[in-house]
Amino acid sequence: MPELDIALRVNGRAVKWRIEPGDTLLEALHAHYLRGTKLICGTGDCCGCGVILDGISINACCMLAAQADDRELLTIEGLAEDGKLHPIQEAFAEEGAAQCGFCTPGFIMRAYAFLREQPRPTEAEVRAALAGNICRCTGYVKPVAAVLRAAEMMQVEQEKGPHE
Amino acid sequence: MNSEYYEPGGGNITDAAHQHTRQVGRTRVVGQKERRVDARPLVTGAPVYAAEFEQPHMLHARVLHSPHAHANILYIDTSRALALPGVHAVLTYQDVPRVAHSTAGQPYPETSPYDAYLLDKRVRYVGDWVAFVAAESPAIAQEALQLIEVEYEVLPAVFDPLEAMRDGAPQLHETDITHPNSGKHFGDIYDAAHNIAAHEEIAHGDFSAAMREADLVVEGEYRVPYISHGVLEPHVCVAYLDGYERLIVVSSTQVPYHTRRQLAAVLQLPISRIRVVKPRVGGGFGSKQEMLLEPVAAALALKTHRPVRIEYSRQEEFTAARFRHPMMIRMRSGVKSDGTLLAISMHSIGNAGAYGTHSFTVTRSTGHKTLCLYRAKAYFFRADAVYTNLPITGAMRGYGAPQGFFALESHIDEIARRLGMDPLAFRRKNHVQRGDWDPMEMELVDGAWRSKRQFRSCGLPQCLERGAEAFGWGQPFDRGDGKPILRGHGMATAMQGSGVASFELGGASIKLNEDGSFNVMTGATDIGQGSDTILAQIAAEALGVGMDKIIMHSVDTDSSIFDYGSYASSTTYISGGGVKIAAERVRKQVLEVAGDMLDCAPEDMSIVDGVIYSPRGPSNLTVADIANETLYGKHRQQIMAKGDFWTDDSPAPFFAQFVEVEVDTETGQVRVTKAVNALDLGKAINPTLASGQVEGAVAMALGYALSEEVQFDEQGRVRDAGFVDYKVMSTLDMPQMTTILVEDTEYTGPFGAKSAGEVPTNGMAPAVANAIEDALGIRIRSLPITPEKILQALGKL
Repeated sequence: MPELDIALRVNGRAVKWRIEPGDTLLEALHAHYLRGTKLICGTGDCCGCGVILDGISINACCMLAAQADDRELLTIEGLAEDGKLHPIQEAFAEEGAAQCGFCTPGFIMRAYAFLREQPRPTEAEVRAALAGNICRCTGYVKPVAAVLRAAEMMQVEQEKGPHE
Repeated sequence: MNSEYYEPGGGNITDAAHQHTRQVGRTRVVGQKERRVDARPLVTGAPVYAAEFEQPHMLHARVLHSPHAHANILYIDTSRALALPGVHAVLTYQDVPRVAHSTAGQPYPETSPYDAYLLDKRVRYVGDWVAFVAAESPAIAQEALQLIEVEYEVLPAVFDPLEAMRDGAPQLHETDITHPNSGKHFGDIYDAAHNIAAHEEIAHGDFSAAMREADLVVEGEYRVPYISHGVLEPHVCVAYLDGYERLIVVSSTQVPYHTRRQLAAVLQLPISRIRVVKPRVGGGFGSKQEMLLEPVAAALALKTHRPVRIEYSRQEEFTAARFRHPMMIRMRSGVKSDGTLLAISMHSIGNAGAYGTHSFTVTRSTGHKTLCLYRAKAYFFRADAVYTNLPITGAMRGYGAPQGFFALESHIDEIARRLGMDPLAFRRKNHVQRGDWDPMEMELVDGAWRSKRQFRSCGLPQCLERGAEAFGWGQPFDRGDGKPILRGHGMATAMQGSGVASFELGGASIKLNEDGSFNVMTGATDIGQGSDTILAQIAAEALGVGMDKIIMHSVDTDSSIFDYGSYASSTTYISGGGVKIAAERVRKQVLEVAGDMLDCAPEDMSIVDGVIYSPRGPSNLTVADIANETLYGKHRQQIMAKGDFWTDDSPAPFFAQFVEVEVDTETGQVRVTKAVNALDLGKAINPTLASGQVEGAVAMALGYALSEEVQFDEQGRVRDAGFVDYKVMSTLDMPQMTTILVEDTEYTGPFGAKSAGEVPTNGMAPAVANAIEDALGIRIRSLPITPEKILQALGKL
C-alpha cells in the first residue's frame, strides 16, 4: 500500500504523520493515539467526530486525512490548558451534560466553534447550532444549558482579562 | 431482604409508619448535585471506553452476515479468504461447538428459550451470522469476507407474526431442540411448530362477572413498531489470552457476570478460565444486556492465540444487533358510568425476530408492569412472542412497558373521553394507591389468593398534582384555528419496577486505604446512567466521608463482587442497597478501632466528613488516622467489608407526563411544544443525574411517538440503517421541558430511593396520541405518528 506523509499542526504542536491515501482524518487521529474524537456513525450523520480545522468545525469521519496537510487542527484533547478545563468542558461537567459521554467531545467541539461565532447566543441559537449533533442520553436539555452556561463563563473570563 | 423495616408478608402501611421513615435525618452527600465521578474523563475525551482498549499485536475481526432471510448453508469454502495475506483465521459453523443457548443477559437459568448457536448451518434473518474472520487490519478482514464462498438453499421466510403462527407457516426452530439443559423446565421453546417463542397469561378476579356490571365496554387495537436503541458506542470488545492461558474479555457490556457464564457455556471453557472486564460504557439502553460480540472475539482469540478486537459498524448496529419488540396489542375494558374501572384486559402479540432472547420476559412485562397501574375487580393478560425472519428483538429501556403503556394509556384516555370525564380525573379515580397489592403478582397460598408485592410508596398523586399545576392542565390555551395549526393537551401516567423481584443480586466490597480513602469495588455497571456516581454518593454518605475519598472501581469479574448487571432499573435500589450495607459494615469496623483508641463505645460514635466524633464532640482522630493505626499500628488489620442485597420486592417508581402538541393540518407534522415530566423516584440520590435520566428517557420516547421505526423491504432487509434515515430526535425536535422530582420515600431502598432510568420512557407516546385527539378529535392507534398517518386520518391522503 503506498503511503503519504503530511505535516500539520495538531493542538498547537507541529506533527508529521505517515498515512495511507484513503485514511479519513478520524482514522489518522486514532492511529496517532488521539482517541478522544469518537467514531459513532462514520457517515456524517451524528457529528460525534467533530474537530476544528482552521477554525471551522468539521466531521473527521468525512474528510480525508490528506486534506488536513499543512493545516491547523484542534481536537478535544487540545482544549484543556495545563490541566485546567476549558469553560465549555467545565460547563458540561457541572451541568451533568455528559451521560454516557460518547457524543460529548463532538458536542464540545461544535460548541467551541459556535461560541467563537456567536459569544452571546440565545437558547434557540444554541439548539440550531447543535442540530446535527446526536445524543441518545440527555434529551439535549443539559448540553444546551451547558453551552449557555459556558457562554456566560467565557464572557466573565474575557471581562476579567487573560491574566486574572 | 436486609432492611430493618421490612416485615415479611407486608401489612397495611399506615401514614404514621410512613412519616416515621421519612425522618431519616439530613444527608450531606446523598441528595446533592455532586459532579459525576467520571466527568473529567468524559469532557476531555480520555480513552476510557472498550472501543479505545488495545493490546499489542491485536487482530481485527469482522462478521459475514447472511444476505437471506431464511436459508440453509449447503456449502461454504473459506480457502480463498484464508489465503489472503494478513488473514489469520476464518471460522464457520464447522469450526465452533454447537451449543444451544440464549444470548439474553439474564440470571441462570435464563427465562429465554435456548434457540441460538454461535454459528449454525441455517440462517434465519438478513444479518444472521455466517462466518467470522480475524486479520491484521479491519480492511483486510472486510476484504476476506468477500472471498468466503457460500452456497445457500433459500427457504420460505415469514415476517408477520400472525402469519408465522398459522399452521404450515415456515418454521424457524426445531421442536426437538437439544441443549444441555433440556428437560430442566427452561430453555424450551413454547410452541416451535407455530413459531411461538414464549407465551404468558396472567388473570386475576372474575373477568366475566366484572364485565357484566359494566355500563360501558371499550375496545381498541394498538400497534407499536420495531425500533433501535441507537446506542452511540457500538458493541465492541477485545479478547485475549494472558500468560496463564486465561481468556480476558474487555467488553462494552451491561452484564459482565452473565456474559462470563454464557461465554463459558458457548465456548465450553470452565468459568474459572474467563475474566470479563467492563471499562466505561458509551450507552446501553438494553442493547448490551446481551452476549453479542464477546464469543466472536473469544473464539478467534482462542484459535489464533492473538488478541482480537471486534467492533460493530453503525450499519451492523441497525441490522444485526438487537431491537425493541414491535407489538399488536388489543385492549378491552369495562367501566361504570361513574368512571369506576371494573375489568381490564390486554392481549399482545410481539415479534421476537429470529431468536427469542428476552422474548418471554419482555412480552410478559407488557402486561405485568402496566395493568397494575389501575385498580379493578378483574384483570386478564395474554401475550405471545412470535418468531419471524427479521432481526432479533430483545431488551430495551422500559422492557415491554413502553409498548404496554402506549396501549393502556391511549385506551384509558379513550374510556375517559367516552364517559365525558377529564382524563386526569379518571386516572385519579382509578389509579393504584400506596398500600395496594399488585394484582399481577397473585399466588395461591393455602387455597386463598394473595399478592406477593405491595406498593409501599406511591407518589403518583403528587406527580399528578404538581405536574398538572406546572403544566396548566385544564387551563384555557390557544387551540389554533386550523389554518393550518391546531393544538391539544394530553397526558399519561406510568410505573415500572426497581430491579426484578427475586431475580437480583448486587453490591460492592469496600476497602480502606491509609490516606482515609476507600476503594468501592462494585459489580454494578455504569453504562452512562451515572451509577458509579450514585453508588459513590451512597458509600460516602454511609461512611461519613466526602466524595473525594471514594475511588470507584469498574467491574472486573476477578475482583468485583457478583452483580447481575445494569438493567431493569436495578442499580440504585439493588446495587446501591448492597453498597450501603458494605459501607455501614466498614464504618462499624472503623468505629470499633476508634472506640478502642478513645475508650468509647463504638455505637455512641460517628464519622462526619472524615472526622471521628465521640459523644464529647469531634475527636482528634480522622479516618486516615484509623487507617494508619490498622495498617501500621497496634490494631493491625485490613478494614474491609462486602455488602450485597437481594429482595423479593421491586418497588415501583411512578411517572406522569403532560404534553402540548401542535399539529399542522396541511403537512400532517406533529410537534410537541411543551412537556412536563413528573417522576416519583423515592429519593433523588443526585438530582442532576436523576433529571438527566428523565430528560433522556422522554426524548427517546418522543422518537418512539413521532419518528422512529426500523422498516424492512419484501426480502426482510432493513431499509433505514443510519441515524438520519431512521430519524432519532435532534435539538430542534425537543419541546420546552420541565422535570419535577417527587420523593415518596421507599423505606426498603437506600436512603429511600427507588429508580428513575426506565419509567420516564413510558409516558410520552400515549400522551402525544392523547393530545392529538384533543387537538383534532382523531385517535391514532399506531406508532410512530407520522405526517402520513395524520393526513390519512384527516382524509387528506
